[in-house]
Amino acid sequence: MAAQLLEVERLCKRFGGFVALDEINLAVTAGERVGLIGPNGSGKSTLVNCLCGTLVNEAGTVRFEGRDLAGLAAHQRTRLGMARSFQLPRPFASMTVGDNLKVPLLYAVNARRRPALTEAEIGARCEELLTLVGLADRARRFPRDLTQVDMRKLELARAMATEPRLLIADEAMAGLSNSEVNDIVALLIRLNERGITVILIEHIMRAVMNFSQRLVVLVSGKKIADGRPDEVIRDADVERAYLGQ
Amino acid sequence: MNSTRSGVFVLACAAVAAIVFAGARAAGNDYVFFAGYTVLQFVVLATAWNILGGYTGYVNFGTAAFFALGAYSTVFFHKFDPLPIPVLVVIGAAVSGLVGLGMGYLTLRLRGAFFSIATLALAVVLQTLVVNWNYVGGARGAYVIRPAEIAELSLPYIQYLFLIMLALAVMAVATARIVEHSKLGYGFATIRDDELAAEASGVPTLKLKLIATTLSGALMGMAGAPFPYFIGYLQPSSAFALEYAVNAIAMPMIGGTTSWVGPLVGALLLGTLQQITTVTISSAVNLLIVGMLLVGFVIIAPNGLIGLWRRVFPKR
Amino acid sequence: MSYDLLLNAVMAGLLLGGFYAAVTVGVSISFGILDIVNIAHPAFIILGSYIAYAFNARFGLDPIAVSIIALPAFYALGAAIYQVYYLSFEKRGQDSLRGLAFFFGILFITEVALVLGFGVDYRYVQAGYIETSWHVGIVDLPLRMLVPCLMSLLMLAALQLFLTCTFTGRAIMAVAQDQLALQLMAADPIRIKRIAFAISIATASMAGAFLIVIQPVEPSIGRDYIGRVFAICVLGGLGSLPGTLIGAMLLGIAESFTATFYGPSWAPAVSFGLLLLTLAFRPAGLMGR
Repeated sequence: MAAQLLEVERLCKRFGGFVALDEINLAVTAGERVGLIGPNGSGKSTLVNCLCGTLVNEAGTVRFEGRDLAGLAAHQRTRLGMARSFQLPRPFASMTVGDNLKVPLLYAVNARRRPALTEAEIGARCEELLTLVGLADRARRFPRDLTQVDMRKLELARAMATEPRLLIADEAMAGLSNSEVNDIVALLIRLNERGITVILIEHIMRAVMNFSQRLVVLVSGKKIADGRPDEVIRDADVERAYLGQ
Repeated sequence: MNSTRSGVFVLACAAVAAIVFAGARAAGNDYVFFAGYTVLQFVVLATAWNILGGYTGYVNFGTAAFFALGAYSTVFFHKFDPLPIPVLVVIGAAVSGLVGLGMGYLTLRLRGAFFSIATLALAVVLQTLVVNWNYVGGARGAYVIRPAEIAELSLPYIQYLFLIMLALAVMAVATARIVEHSKLGYGFATIRDDELAAEASGVPTLKLKLIATTLSGALMGMAGAPFPYFIGYLQPSSAFALEYAVNAIAMPMIGGTTSWVGPLVGALLLGTLQQITTVTISSAVNLLIVGMLLVGFVIIAPNGLIGLWRRVFPKR
Repeated sequence: MSYDLLLNAVMAGLLLGGFYAAVTVGVSISFGILDIVNIAHPAFIILGSYIAYAFNARFGLDPIAVSIIALPAFYALGAAIYQVYYLSFEKRGQDSLRGLAFFFGILFITEVALVLGFGVDYRYVQAGYIETSWHVGIVDLPLRMLVPCLMSLLMLAALQLFLTCTFTGRAIMAVAQDQLALQLMAADPIRIKRIAFAISIATASMAGAFLIVIQPVEPSIGRDYIGRVFAICVLGGLGSLPGTLIGAMLLGIAESFTATFYGPSWAPAVSFGLLLLTLAFRPAGLMGR
């Protein structure tokens, strides 16, 4: 049996006395489109932070492509092929949009590639990525001049620039209009078709249902459902969890 | 990233330095060399500070500590076995660089604020150590007699010191520019902009911060190494003077922290201003003015003079 | 090692610790609760010392009494500084670099202004109890240490009561956790923070009087205290007043022992050593807040 792309076993995370994540088990196969939903405060972002190394979990293991990630810093995990976009976009404000994409190419991609990308190749990749997300004409602008949806596209593009095998998109669509949401979902599906496994964390049910092949539900730090989207939303526990809010 | 442009820049700096030196000699007044040495020293300190503070956003309040380490390494060797100044400069760089690395290793994994506080405390602690160490003079201070001239170059000694500081200034500015335009410079900027996003993008933030701290500390130590010969009588209170800490911060903040030009402009302007004020009014009033300029600029013009310039004359 | 010496070193440490708590409580509020790195706090303490000195020298008033009278002035000063800080930095979302530089500039300006105003000579105050020392068995209790220590404990107790029992006090504790919740309760977070910061500067007035009762003062002494203040904050747990007291006592005893057995000129190094040790081994809660 081939190793799963991502294996999370009995992951626990505490903040003082508060248990944010309680024995989370999750397995993601390469090429999957997984949706992760749950009420506010259920631990979704904490889970992302633990997976990516921003936070350190107290117990449990995270394995990526068979390799235990314990002790690895966030930048090392990125270099292994795990990328994430942040819930609130965090662009590098002092650089142009184009330069924002140079950073992951210089530091994530070139860290593992031999021979390293040349300056010309980096420039070409930046252009390619910007075109993919629809920001090509704004390459010379600064992040502060971008609209909300453009910032989120930049955020995704920057994650993409690390050439990941797994992309975790943390609420990439909050506050966007209907058509903008459709844009981002279409973008994520395009990325998936290029072979990238995507975990989408979202509140917007329409987007999640359209996107996911598999749906995971997190409530109060526990995983309460994991399966096909149409089955999961009919599950009694899930209904209770959402109605009970 | 572009080695020919860097090479051209270094040559240009060297040319400017040569002109400055020739001009100073033509002035025919020793005071020019004394004042010039002090201003150039600030160029080095301000540029060194900015590599860490301006580029990565981590504020070092203990410039005096790194400067004094360079100075006291010289005193130590002067008593032990006098060495030529260029060698002392290298030693000063090594000592200060290592201390910077060590302190960074202990504190850079935490919030930036704790690093800054640690640098303040470092200055106090090092001063305490030096005051208690009689070999280098302790609280009484140490005499370092300056030779009358440097025989090999047949120059009066003060001109030799000036030349050395000029070389160090060129080195510092060139280093700053090369770093700024390199891959390292991009990494530093991401740390300043958003460290979490930098890590997520694959930037090894701790390693880069350690590089910045070591480089910055080493340059400051280099600036301190010739100081005992310049001043002739070194007391802890003058080596660890708070004015080094304030100036090292004020000059880049007033000039502009995002590029190598800022500290240079800030040091030249503020350094010259201070020479004038100290002589015409008093050194205490001079420091008061520096402090008020720092606070004023930080509130009103956070991007410094370069920032103001860019607003009036936008790039492209 | 004589029992006599040991006991006196401990006692001296406890008295010193009480004083250090007064020095630190302002930073416990501004840094621990408000997350403002006010490294200029020692400068305000020295300012308090000099004001106490000035009124003591001129009118013969008791220095601690002067500091109590000066409380409103320090409170107003704190409020004004917070307003500038808020408008220039917090509101604009500027990086912490500028905030730190701002306070550093204030620290510096205050020190230099005092040098210009009072010169670099050591200043001291005259008060009835400064020369007196009580003796309880083999333990010496110099009043110049005991009085500030007791007043400091009173001040801390009053502040703790304020923070836990009054609406404003609890709002201050809450503002660190959740600004939004505070707004929903119809309390203005900015005003609450301003009050808190003003209180923290007001404590400097009294701490300054304590300082000049304990020892003569000159403008640059403030720098010795920066390391101590943050070492105590970190040791005691940011934002906790009881923790501040415990941390202060620990540092006081450590310094007292060092001074007794190795000599007083090593005292400033103790706080840095303690700070480094704490940062190295107790980083929990200090990471990327």
